[in-house]
Amino acid sequence: MSSRHQLRIAAISTALVALVATGGSAFAQKKYDSGATDTEIKVGNIMPYSGPASAYGIIGKTEAAYFQMINDNGGINGRKVNFITYDDAYSPPKAVEHTRKLVESDEVLVVFNPLGTPSNTAIQKYLNTKKVPQLFVATGAAKWNDPKHFPWTMGWQPNYQDEARIYAKYLLKEKPDAKVAVLYQNDDFGKDYVKGFKEGLGDKAKSMIVTEESYEISEPTIDSHIVKIKSTGADTLMDFTTPKFAAQTIKKAGELNWKPLHIVTNVSISVGAVMKPAGFEYGQGVLSAAYLKDGADSQWDNDPGMKKWSAFVDKYLPGSNKSDSGLVYGYGAAQTLQKVLEMCGDNLTRENVMKQAASLKDFQTDVALPGVKINTSATDFAPIQQVQMMRFKGEKWELFGDVISSEAKD
Amino acid sequence: MDLLVNQVLAGIATGAIYACMALAIVMIFQAIDHLNFAQGEMAMFSTFIAWQLMQWGVPYWWAFILTLIISFAAGVIIERVLFKPLAKAPVLTNVAGFIALFAIINSVAGLIWDFTIKQFPTPFGSSPFMGSQLISTHQAGMIGVTLVLLILLFLFFRFTRIGLAMRAAATLPESARLVGINTGWMIALGWGMATAIGAIAGILIAPVVFLEPNMMGGVLLYGFAAAVLGGLSSPLGAVIGGFLVGIFENLVGTYIPGVGNELKLPIALALIVIVLVVKPTGLMGRTVVKRV
Repeated sequence: MSSRHQLRIAAISTALVALVATGGSAFAQKKYDSGATDTEIKVGNIMPYSGPASAYGIIGKTEAAYFQMINDNGGINGRKVNFITYDDAYSPPKAVEHTRKLVESDEVLVVFNPLGTPSNTAIQKYLNTKKVPQLFVATGAAKWNDPKHFPWTMGWQPNYQDEARIYAKYLLKEKPDAKVAVLYQNDDFGKDYVKGFKEGLGDKAKSMIVTEESYEISEPTIDSHIVKIKSTGADTLMDFTTPKFAAQTIKKAGELNWKPLHIVTNVSISVGAVMKPAGFEYGQGVLSAAYLKDGADSQWDNDPGMKKWSAFVDKYLPGSNKSDSGLVYGYGAAQTLQKVLEMCGDNLTRENVMKQAASLKDFQTDVALPGVKINTSATDFAPIQQVQMMRFKGEKWELFGDVISSEAKD
Repeated sequence: MDLLVNQVLAGIATGAIYACMALAIVMIFQAIDHLNFAQGEMAMFSTFIAWQLMQWGVPYWWAFILTLIISFAAGVIIERVLFKPLAKAPVLTNVAGFIALFAIINSVAGLIWDFTIKQFPTPFGSSPFMGSQLISTHQAGMIGVTLVLLILLFLFFRFTRIGLAMRAAATLPESARLVGINTGWMIALGWGMATAIGAIAGILIAPVVFLEPNMMGGVLLYGFAAAVLGGLSSPLGAVIGGFLVGIFENLVGTYIPGVGNELKLPIALALIVIVLVVKPTGLMGRTVVKRV
């Protein structure tokens, strides 16, 4: 059978099921796929609790705590959420093994917020063949927004390319004659940013970018790269790096007394894990973009959403470090899933979960920046597409300008 | 020209990191004739201990000295408990032991202190050194400490009884035993010293690469390259090797197009292979002659 033929069948059956689903809800009939019953919804998850990326493990712990809170308050439409999460140690083979287990032995309804581009890439085909939702994946790669080929996979956070396009837009407006140096991590993460950034600059990319420098994640320090970049005479630094290297870059540039217009990625904006180790004095004026509120920022002290978040952390994750952005991220992602499951009502089939996930309209989580709304459709599987620029001042980030939306891209 | 000077200076600065690590590697190799793959993680753990002490309010230099004592003791204990029973076992068993130790220490550090990077203070400050904006006072201090350490080691091995005994136990264990040297304890002592030197390396490196459980991953590899290049049996060679690797890596990365960025790490590995093939003893190592 040709793959096109298969696709057509898949499309028809999806349409049929959707038809049945809408008809069903009219009669208030309960519909379930495996993983859902009158009393329970099983949600699976993969997280690196150990290994090199275990700093992200807090996201899984936050989600588990969030669903605990939901259950303590009566569950979703009367059903308790059974959150099953496994440790893949950021290793794709382990992610595959655990995903199989989640689907075939635990029989979960959805696999929710599995973390990491490599792990998600490894399980994407399997989940799409099995028609199990791979919902709100915790990675910013651009490829998760591909409903045509992977109708069972959906992202959540703004993707790296969109973010980079927004930086390009900012540069074209504020500093069109910039001499730009691009420093990026030599993997999918860094390359996504470079691609988006160049697309954002368009024709001007060639004249504006004076040097591109990449580094390997295994390098102990990237000091030598900074020295090299400085010698090119660039006055703008696009710093597409992960937290540790962003901190090194900020520090080294400061030590070299080099003060370019410096933009770091949203991945590396943690005050506690990047700006503080780098040294606040060197971080002044660094730019980035955000879509979530910062749990350690006093400007949200009276924000109703963050008050709820703070009360949740105090009760369900006592002793946690509130400056850890994973606590905010996990809360926001879990709340989005809660919304989708609520929208499903009594029709808890996998098709309907995907359908509802693709019909979010202006949904705002407690932890999103004001104006950052989640919108999805049958052709738009990129829930969050808005960010706001910010500048580091004193010991925290100050937002400025409007919430910017990256142009819709197919 | 400016770029060349800059890269050489930057290379010396990173080279100091490798040199520190290479010293610890050579120490342990001297004592047990194996490369300890857990060396980097042990250094990382020692650094965390120093950090923790400082968090508890212990002043820098006291924390430094306490960490050295704790590390020394820990090194001796690890040898007594874990590796003494393996002394007669095949090399592979030892290697497996090292790797297990590596994984255990790394995970335990993550469990206790989590994986977010932490700032580590430096006693030297981080302002530009003597007007140069390429080397900070910390990096200059680090080079200084490495050299002092080297001299101390030289004096220790050359002029103290215990240093001589250690050398004897390493080179001619049989004869050493006959003249009344307790070779078992000399090995334990080697472990203790290597761990303490590793602690110094970690404490010096942490302000540059930031403190986190995986901070030594790349450093250890370069440290191996430095130690092999300089000669696994020579502390002086290890230090020279460290600086050479640092400079070499930067120059190749900067000036040879294509090698540039992707191949910086393989350069270290290629260096190991080339040295082992061309001159297995390294620049300064002694040739080991075994009677068959």
